[in-house]
Amino acid sequence: MVSALCRVFGPHNLELAEDVVQEALLRALREWPFRGVPDDPRAWLTRVARNRALDLLRRDASLARKAPLLRVEEGSGPLPEVFFDGEVEDDTLRMVFTCCHPAVPREARVALTLKTVGGFGVPEIARAYLAKPATIAQRLVRAKRRIREAGVRFEVPAGEQLPARLDSVLEVLYLVFNEGYAAASGEAALRADVCAEAIRLAEKVAAHPATALPRAHALAALLLLQGARLPARTDDGGDPVLLPGQDRSRWDPGMLARGFAHLERAARGGHLSPYHLEAGIAAAHAAAPSFEATDWPYILTLYDALLAVKPSPVASLNRAVALAMGEGPGPALEAVDGLADHPALAEYPLLHAVRGDLLARLGETGRAAACFRRALELPLSEPDRRLMERRARECEAEGRAETRLPAAGQVFGT
Amino acid sequence: MPNYVLFLHEDPADWAGVSPEEMQRVIEKYRAWHEGLVRDGRLVEGYKLVDGSGRTIVRRGGETSETDGPYAEAREIVGGLFVVQADGYDAAAEIARECPALEYGTRIELREVDPT
Repeated sequence: MVSALCRVFGPHNLELAEDVVQEALLRALREWPFRGVPDDPRAWLTRVARNRALDLLRRDASLARKAPLLRVEEGSGPLPEVFFDGEVEDDTLRMVFTCCHPAVPREARVALTLKTVGGFGVPEIARAYLAKPATIAQRLVRAKRRIREAGVRFEVPAGEQLPARLDSVLEVLYLVFNEGYAAASGEAALRADVCAEAIRLAEKVAAHPATALPRAHALAALLLLQGARLPARTDDGGDPVLLPGQDRSRWDPGMLARGFAHLERAARGGHLSPYHLEAGIAAAHAAAPSFEATDWPYILTLYDALLAVKPSPVASLNRAVALAMGEGPGPALEAVDGLADHPALAEYPLLHAVRGDLLARLGETGRAAACFRRALELPLSEPDRRLMERRARECEAEGRAETRLPAAGQVFGT
Repeated sequence: MPNYVLFLHEDPADWAGVSPEEMQRVIEKYRAWHEGLVRDGRLVEGYKLVDGSGRTIVRRGGETSETDGPYAEAREIVGGLFVVQADGYDAAAEIARECPALEYGTRIELREVDPT
């Protein structure tokens, strides 16, 4: 609804649109219980929100500046019907492009998208981000001001603008998903909601004729193939279940099917984006009937290709995990040790978790335990903390480690 | 079967921190609750009162005076009321207990209507 109102009033009134939607919902909440829900609740809410917005705009001291808008609104007979099914889709996409506009500071785009398009509350976003609500609120205020000042147009861009703007949208959706998938903490249900929202928007981008480029399909494929594993990633007690131990029958078959369909569409084009390669890795896992039957050499080549187009220490770490599966822990440990000095990984608990695991598999339980202890000094989710704690204790107590290995795509969000 | 009145005492500020998503969930719960009452033939009336504290009229020593609200310091107001049919206080209380507003700080005063 915020999106629809933005189309009527312009994105410079994003804040106004949000406020009046909130007010309309509040009014509904306090009236409908007594009167019953109206036949067309959305039409009721839209009418109330729109009338309220018009009231506020009329009252605004800078009426003169907004007068043209009001003339259009009042002079053109009945107000534009805000909801048509097709246009709702378009409005959502326009809103996504607005939230991910280059004028919006990069670090605010994810929060703004979650808030404005996903309808997440500031406290929820703050919990997902491990940030104070005030910090998020401030970030949002600044972002909205930037949108206003830069005169961002509420549209799905076309022509020369499209590729760069689309890349920003895809990047934001990728980050939104990862926030939910690999967040260092936060409630499982909330994180699943965040993932579902990223998937919903990625599929919308891939479905719209203007934006359905191969890399948009590749991102949708990646998120669906990864997201399909969510139900199997935690046990009943909320503890993480690593890839080798996952019950593959709990992977969501509908999401896997949609993921493979997007992957197929993504392949219809000459360009190979990092999303293609990451989706390919996820697909290799999804296609394997069991952990043991996973095609590790193929996954390794995909990692090599990924690192060639988009070098990243985290991807290198994941490659090392695949290497361990294909060629054993020895070469993998060498690769991980080569990454240990990377500044981006210094505070990354999974580096130590992987190192510990490889050492344990090589029988070096004392050094392995030290690695798990080191990981425990860094920020970890409560379930991951329990897992590290358990592994450290096992290494210390039993003098030998169990041979389970956190695998690519599991702990790492690849 | 006697009628019971549910007075919903609420503080509008209770709703201030609720996100739009959450509001939609509450509305959905209310819809289910409301429809259930209608389906079971329990709901007699529902009244939403106009926001604000209203006025209080009293007569003291032959002088009628009128003030705003029940008392000025009250933040809580009766936001609305329901009249439901129930077979005794326990049954009426059961209906009230299911009211979604309870989760958000609303207090429900339950009174039986004297049938005579």
